[in-house]
Amino acid sequence: MSKSDTALELLKSLGLNIDHIFTDDVAKIQVHQNKVVGLHLVPGLKVDADEMEDGIEAEILIEKGARIEKPVHICFGVLPEEGLQKVKLHIHAKENSKAMILAHCTFPNARQVKHVMDADITIEANAHYAYFERHVHGPQGGVDVIPNAKIHVQEGAEFSTEFELIKGSAGNIAFEYEVNAETRSKTEMTARISGTNDDHIRLQETVHLLGEYSTGVIVSHIALKHQAIADVENTMVAHAPFSRGHVDCKEIVVGNAQAKAVPIVLVKNPYAHITHEAAIGSVDAKQLVTLMAHGLNEEEATDLIIEGLLSKKQNWQSMIKESYI
Amino acid sequence: MENTILTVDDLHLSLQGKKILRGIKMDIWAGHVHAIIGPNGAGKSTLVSAIMGLPGYKPEQGKVYFLGEDITNLQVYERAQRGLTLAWQEPARFEGLSVEKFILTGAKNKCHKRAEEVLEMVGLDPQKYLSRAVDKTLSGGERKRIELASIIAMEPKLILLDEPDSGIDIDALQKIFSLLQSLKKEGITVFAITHSLAVLNQVDHAFLMCCGKVLDKGDVKRIASYFQNKCIPCNHDRLVSVSNEMTS
Repeated sequence: MSKSDTALELLKSLGLNIDHIFTDDVAKIQVHQNKVVGLHLVPGLKVDADEMEDGIEAEILIEKGARIEKPVHICFGVLPEEGLQKVKLHIHAKENSKAMILAHCTFPNARQVKHVMDADITIEANAHYAYFERHVHGPQGGVDVIPNAKIHVQEGAEFSTEFELIKGSAGNIAFEYEVNAETRSKTEMTARISGTNDDHIRLQETVHLLGEYSTGVIVSHIALKHQAIADVENTMVAHAPFSRGHVDCKEIVVGNAQAKAVPIVLVKNPYAHITHEAAIGSVDAKQLVTLMAHGLNEEEATDLIIEGLLSKKQNWQSMIKESYI
Repeated sequence: MENTILTVDDLHLSLQGKKILRGIKMDIWAGHVHAIIGPNGAGKSTLVSAIMGLPGYKPEQGKVYFLGEDITNLQVYERAQRGLTLAWQEPARFEGLSVEKFILTGAKNKCHKRAEEVLEMVGLDPQKYLSRAVDKTLSGGERKRIELASIIAMEPKLILLDEPDSGIDIDALQKIFSLLQSLKKEGITVFAITHSLAVLNQVDHAFLMCCGKVLDKGDVKRIASYFQNKCIPCNHDRLVSVSNEMTS
């Protein structure tokens, strides 16, 4: 299959309308296994990708002061049933730059696929960097997703990330993100994941609020059915005065699923402030009965409540439409 | 002869070992606005919960008939699908669920226009509210009016309204009162729980409830007068002793 055909197959598996091919002002990076099958850049964005035996290593640079108007589309995928994809990313958003990344990871036919990502991300002073990652998995599970990222958010910079896996079977997810946040920076990390069957979800996210007036929010919303298991450990550490943080873990458990959530808040300065909320359990009884009084049966009502819990926290969908359709 | 839409026949119910409903009997006539008034603790909310079949409110004795069908053992959604529903005093909040989606969830006509119409009926601007989430960012009064809008969209046959005036400001209250009359005109029966004389004055027919029993029913002015003179302050203790004497 040619590179362009492979790129089209990747897009099809995402449910994107391929009749509406991205316009020239949208940057795209498409990677199938260890091959770059699509690359289009816009002013202000530099990408240097090396193909490795079992994946790729890429440097992504957003130039100083660059304002990339439309979200950059990154797609990583493995179309066959089996395969290993290692992705090493070095992302550098230079001073005063602004960019949004929409990343799709697609493994629609996976039975034994492993996707490992190691990223180091630097967001320089007053830069804005937003990263939305949507996973598209097949119904069989059979995917190991192991993302690992170290992020440095410098003075006055803003970093937000949202991880979404709400369709298909999650498989095994084990991700570990660690953020060091400097003075007056803002960090927001959200994960929305649906686990079914024998899925195993492990999240470890840590934000160190190192600079004065830095803020951080970690949100994880997970819904589990059947025998799925989730293990969440979100940590917010306030080192600096006037830093503010919040940790929010919500998990709905249905059937024989199991969830564990450990929100860790550590305050090392008397002028810092961190809050947390954690709720794990079955579907809220009052919500359930309210929807049942609207004529939904228990299963339909449960699904709607879960849909709400896993709904987007940012208006990414409209951004996608505006940019790509 | 009035058409009866709902019959409660000798309903007994205890919660945590305490007798709450003690042989409630009542007929709700179709096409009217009814209210049941009584002091706190009379059992009004328990009665409505039992009529709606909420979990934990299964009667030990007695039956509930809706349009002639025994619905005592039906689940909540089965009752709702037959045209019986409940608007809560303090409705649940739903993170991530839009007002439009919530309204259209049980709506008979699941189109955007209908969601707009019902919001206007409860005095809320659709442009401002349809895309908002039904979550804690709404005030108590806003949430309550959205609940009412969602109930209207269902086009039910009988609405159970739990304290329709609580948490509603004066301006919105007039809207709710006129809504009760609009529902009646559309042939929807309303059965409201209240301890407010203002609400009572808006209805066609009233029940007075105390200590788990219906003490009186019928003319609204008579019931209102009794409630005002005998129930404020509450004569609960005396009535309990009378009730105990009657049952011993």
